Amino acid sequence: MSFRVVKAVLYVLYGAFFLVPLFALVEFSTRGLGLSAPRTLQYWREIFDHPELTHAIVVSLELAVITSVATLLLLVPTMVWVRLRAKPLARLVEFLCLLPLTIPAIVIVVGLAPVYAWVTYLSPGALKGSALVLVFVYVVLVLPFAYRAIDAGLSAIDVATLAEAARSLGAGWTTVMFRVIAPNIRSALLNAALLSVALTLGEFTVASLLNYVNLQVAVNQLAQANAGVSVAVAAALLLFTFLLLLVLSIFGGRGRPSSRGTARKGRTA
Amino acid sequence: MTEPTGPAEPEAAARAGVEVRLEALRREYGPVTALDGLDLTLHPGELVALLGPSGCGKTTALRLVAGLEEADGGHVYVGGEDYTRRPANRRDMGMVFQAYSLFPHLTAVQNVAFGLRLRRQGARERLARAREMLDLVGLSAQADRYAHEMSGGQQQRVALARALAIRPKVLLLDEPLSALDAKVRAQLRDEIRRVQLEVGTTTLFVTHDQEEALAIADRVGVMSAGRLEQLGAPTDVYHRPSSPFVAEFVGLTNRLPCTVSGGFAEVLGVRLPLVDPSAPDGPAVALVRPEAVTPAGGVPDDETGPLVGQVIATAFLGATSRITVDLGAAGTVLAQLPTAEATAYAAGSRARLTLRGDPVLVTTG
Repeated sequence: MSFRVVKAVLYVLYGAFFLVPLFALVEFSTRGLGLSAPRTLQYWREIFDHPELTHAIVVSLELAVITSVATLLLLVPTMVWVRLRAKPLARLVEFLCLLPLTIPAIVIVVGLAPVYAWVTYLSPGALKGSALVLVFVYVVLVLPFAYRAIDAGLSAIDVATLAEAARSLGAGWTTVMFRVIAPNIRSALLNAALLSVALTLGEFTVASLLNYVNLQVAVNQLAQANAGVSVAVAAALLLFTFLLLLVLSIFGGRGRPSSRGTARKGRTA
Repeated sequence: MTEPTGPAEPEAAARAGVEVRLEALRREYGPVTALDGLDLTLHPGELVALLGPSGCGKTTALRLVAGLEEADGGHVYVGGEDYTRRPANRRDMGMVFQAYSLFPHLTAVQNVAFGLRLRRQGARERLARAREMLDLVGLSAQADRYAHEMSGGQQQRVALARALAIRPKVLLLDEPLSALDAKVRAQLRDEIRRVQLEVGTTTLFVTHDQEEALAIADRVGVMSAGRLEQLGAPTDVYHRPSSPFVAEFVGLTNRLPCTVSGGFAEVLGVRLPLVDPSAPDGPAVALVRPEAVTPAGGVPDDETGPLVGQVIATAFLGATSRITVDLGAAGTVLAQLPTAEATAYAAGSRARLTLRGDPVLVTTG
């Protein structure tokens, strides 16, 4: 059937699109010195010989975790509240959440620079100059994506009725959030968290322009001194993100009752 | 509670129920007044149905009792305590919603146990109670199913079991049967009444379906425009409606021209006593139930009279049938008769009608 042929061609094209750059990264990072030199994992081993790099990796991972947790804690209760009590505000909240998407990073940085001067000034000692303060701007950058994911999850359930049923059974708002809403939008929460992590790990512009060192900034600095190691880190980061996605999707599909039957078929297809 | 219904039940019911009193309840949505000073008292263990067209305020009244909305005025008393400002989660009210409301991530038995878990009951205890409740609604076999694995009727039964598991002070039913198909609706309606009598919980039942309300309620409250038009036993509301609105909302009603004089209404040549003898003399409209109008045989084409007309439609309703007769100047009138006799009144034939001598409600509208 011609449909199968089309499908196969598409798979190959998409596969090539994703795999060729990855292959190029791995190929370059395992190339030895000189044209006839054998393959070597030297650059990969060297990743951990650069303290500024390992520090940046830790900072970026911390940023990723804090950003996604902070985004979910900010967004989920807000969106539930809007659905239950302030429907007229829904449009406004959506607009505000999608706004960061339309503003170029450079504009955000220009706007934020004075704010960050104050952030640095007011930070307690341990945080002074730490890249962790980037959480504030990263939460903003991640908002549009997290909003979309959570909105899809909340639209799939009858938030108002479930919340009212739980309330009438004696649940306070915290219980409604954690024991009723959250379990039923689990895959949406995981999607939102994953998007936040991926975005944070890949962010370069804002960190660089605000003079903070995160992973991408460190990789860029390293690239000027040691291209091999920087490419090895880039490849490792891609693989790490891919693995994370895999783990989250397996984890997200487990034990969620409504994913049985038809929904699960859709998921594994 | 697993005991079968027996003679001892009324005592149990009196013990379990509490009084619910709504006093001058008001609720406004912007310019719209949803509740306009509602007064209503539910006796302990009683099932009161609030009946009315959509927008009459019945659901608002129920949500105010549940604490899901705040009153703009008036009070809600439960067992003598003022509940008006108490948050919904501290009211101990079991509620069944119109929309399916089971928690999708929990099984039936976990759903029923949810409220008990919030009350910090031990795992063994709450499981036993949840299974007992599922047993009560006849769903023991479905205990481990998720909502999407059950039919609508089963989901509403689980919702009922969940509402009752917490031993609520009041049971609130917000059109719980509306989403179900006709047969399941009738079954579940009777089931709700059986269970309610068994546990004896004071119950407020909101519906727009008059048949539902008349079938299971101890008393029916007919609402219109945020007010209670009439509150009474189902037979009272049906046979002695206090207003034309109630008469027309509860059951089908014929509107026939009449003349009122001296406490009687003359309807198409028949003298009928008035429900409300104080009605002013003069021309009026009499509200007559279809079952008070009976065909008294076919007549030849040339016969005329105030109660003679042409059958223009017949409707088969099962044991009874309803025919529509065109009386000319008096308009059309619905008459009800046993199906076995209905074959004599095919559309197009002419028939003579008789009016039963029931007291009649008149209106000038």
